[in-house]
Amino acid sequence: MAKRELNGSEIIIQCLLDAGVDTVFGYPGGAVLPIYDEIFKQNRLKHVLVRQEGGAVHMAEGYARSTGKLGVVLVTSGPGATNAVTGLADALMDSMPVLCLTGQVPTHLIGNDAFQEADTTGITRPCTKHNYLVKDVNDLARQLREAMYVATSGRPGPVVVDLPKDVLIEEAPYESPDKKKATGHRTYKPRIKGDAKKIAEAVDLIAKAKRPLFYCGGGVINSGPRASKRLRELVGLTGAPITLTLMGLGAFPASDRKFLGMVGMHGTYESNLAMHGCDVMVNIGARFDDRVTGLLSEFAPGAKKIHVDIDPSSINKNVAVDVPIVGDCASVLGDMIKLWKEGKPKQDKKAVAGWWKQIDKWRARDCLKYKPSKDLIKPQFALQRLYEATKDRDTYITTEVGQHQMWAAQFYQFDEPNRWMTSGGLGTMGYGFPAAIGVQVAHPKATVIDIAGEASFLMNMQELSTAIQYRLPVNVFILNNHYMGMVRQWQELLYGSRYSESYTDSLPDFVKLAEAYGATGLRALKPDDVDPVIEEMLASDKLTIADIVIDETENCFPMIPSGAPHNEMLLGPADEAGKPVSEEGMVLV
Amino acid sequence: MDTIEKHTIAVLVDNEAGVLARVIGLFSGRGYNIESLTVAEVDAEQNISRICVVTSGTPMIIEQIKAQLDRLVPVHTISDLTAEGDSVERELALVKVKGTGNKRVEALRIADIFRARAIDSTNNSFVFEIAGKTDKIDAFINLMQPLGLVEISRTGVVAIARGAKGL
Repeated sequence: MAKRELNGSEIIIQCLLDAGVDTVFGYPGGAVLPIYDEIFKQNRLKHVLVRQEGGAVHMAEGYARSTGKLGVVLVTSGPGATNAVTGLADALMDSMPVLCLTGQVPTHLIGNDAFQEADTTGITRPCTKHNYLVKDVNDLARQLREAMYVATSGRPGPVVVDLPKDVLIEEAPYESPDKKKATGHRTYKPRIKGDAKKIAEAVDLIAKAKRPLFYCGGGVINSGPRASKRLRELVGLTGAPITLTLMGLGAFPASDRKFLGMVGMHGTYESNLAMHGCDVMVNIGARFDDRVTGLLSEFAPGAKKIHVDIDPSSINKNVAVDVPIVGDCASVLGDMIKLWKEGKPKQDKKAVAGWWKQIDKWRARDCLKYKPSKDLIKPQFALQRLYEATKDRDTYITTEVGQHQMWAAQFYQFDEPNRWMTSGGLGTMGYGFPAAIGVQVAHPKATVIDIAGEASFLMNMQELSTAIQYRLPVNVFILNNHYMGMVRQWQELLYGSRYSESYTDSLPDFVKLAEAYGATGLRALKPDDVDPVIEEMLASDKLTIADIVIDETENCFPMIPSGAPHNEMLLGPADEAGKPVSEEGMVLV
Repeated sequence: MDTIEKHTIAVLVDNEAGVLARVIGLFSGRGYNIESLTVAEVDAEQNISRICVVTSGTPMIIEQIKAQLDRLVPVHTISDLTAEGDSVERELALVKVKGTGNKRVEALRIADIFRARAIDSTNNSFVFEIAGKTDKIDAFINLMQPLGLVEISRTGVVAIARGAKGL
């Protein structure tokens, strides 16, 4: 294609279109007016107008997580950029590919404390995978392409491109990239293929294991649907049990008997005890997060550990492993399957059968059971009903952060990847609703449900206006207990039930709130209301808020208290008194 | 259990705005130690700078530091000079000493022993230039202390691997 002279704003739109971007989540302002003018003049790139920039990043995350594609954000300088920071930190922790374009004051004003100036690259440096300040329009296209490459390759993450206003106006020759030529980077070259020797060592370890366990995470999902498929195959071949992290849910079907449920602080009893008792742990795309490991010194004491991760810095960070494999999950899983099939290893079938017998004993404890109630809605019950009503639909679930998030992880069953969007690493309250909007934008026909707590929902409920504007029939399923439930649970457990500032007074009437926006508002006050409310919510073709008023006192179990090892799990309220939290545990978060 | 080791790490980076802030931010953000840090452009044509950082930590932390550095987008190569065979390290210091009479003579005598050069002198002061290993410079400064030490300016460590092979 011939070179054309384009201005900076046109170059940005063209670069995004050339990269296959179809949607941008953004909010205009002085510094980005030239880009908005170009957006006005075209109709190929869709712009979703958010109500606060923080919402835009979460929408892009929801869009990215549910499609596997890049999520794109466009905000103005100064407050536009600083409002986006929480979302960027969230995307970094959860490895979400996000490109965030920020406006900036013109280059000659940078450093002068100009109106709406902030040191955006300085502020976002520690909460992005990489960032750029474009100083010359001639570098713009190259830096944008680089930014998109960095955001989506290797371990994905957020990348900021800061755009001074003069760069948006000046002209430079533009040429669409050669589709046949792969984009790359001079220095950033993530390793895809794992080391063959290490992979062979890993396969050998798995084959010889008496008590094997797969422990997999969000890396499998980020690696694409192929990775999840191969994970199923490998787990099937080995006959080993598997547990998933919060971020990994959906990477392996929850309906498969080999799945032990989620691992970690609020994971299942069988998962955590299997983690503690296994002799070979196969970590694929998880990062030994403190919410998973519990007390590090007593973490999986008898296990040889294999760790597959595309990010070398994830390996040996928290837990020293025996077989480190740097590479893409799908690629390494493919190599493992190939080796396994070629080698047809002889397993210790008897030992593995014994391991399963032990696991079934743990399973028989039925750690997720709760006391049903005739008068009060138990959150677990509400989620079980929601799952039953939506499991056969094309459903995507997002969550906010807190008790409801853990209950959703425990009670909603995911059989497919990319169906579950939650803020795992940063734990950002207010994530779920904008994320759900992003998902719905990407999947207009699907059923999208934000399983929310009332406190989290209040943090980004301004986006109701966005959802209404674009006629997005998102469902907000609020498990309303009038408390910041997880805060209250910890206060109950650790601070003598002194509920300091964890009760939310003056909540809005969520039904009327919905109606104020022209949305549907529903409420369930007793268990018998739950099914009809869900039914009505699913039947509605509009944005719906379902206010499910739940038992205020319900706590989330099972639970590994801070600073405790996996085998000291609390199964229910009765366990609490007997196992006080250690002093060391008190200082942990 | 794990002993604290001191490592000298050389890093080749793109000489672009913010790259030093990225490296320093990584160390402060993750709580790693910086004992010394030097940076300068080494290849103007390729636009490459070399950072030399002396850090300390357990072997696991040192491995983490290297992996984290390697993960930064503008980083080309990193080399743990302490772990990867022999290397030479040098530091340069400018040391200002004030004094008259015997102390002045003594300062000059010690400077001679350490092969430090006086690069500025007045009736009652010297500025010495000394290059060498960090401990040699420490020793020189210690000896200057009672002789009227006024001010020190040190470059921090620069290091390079021995032998014919380049980074």
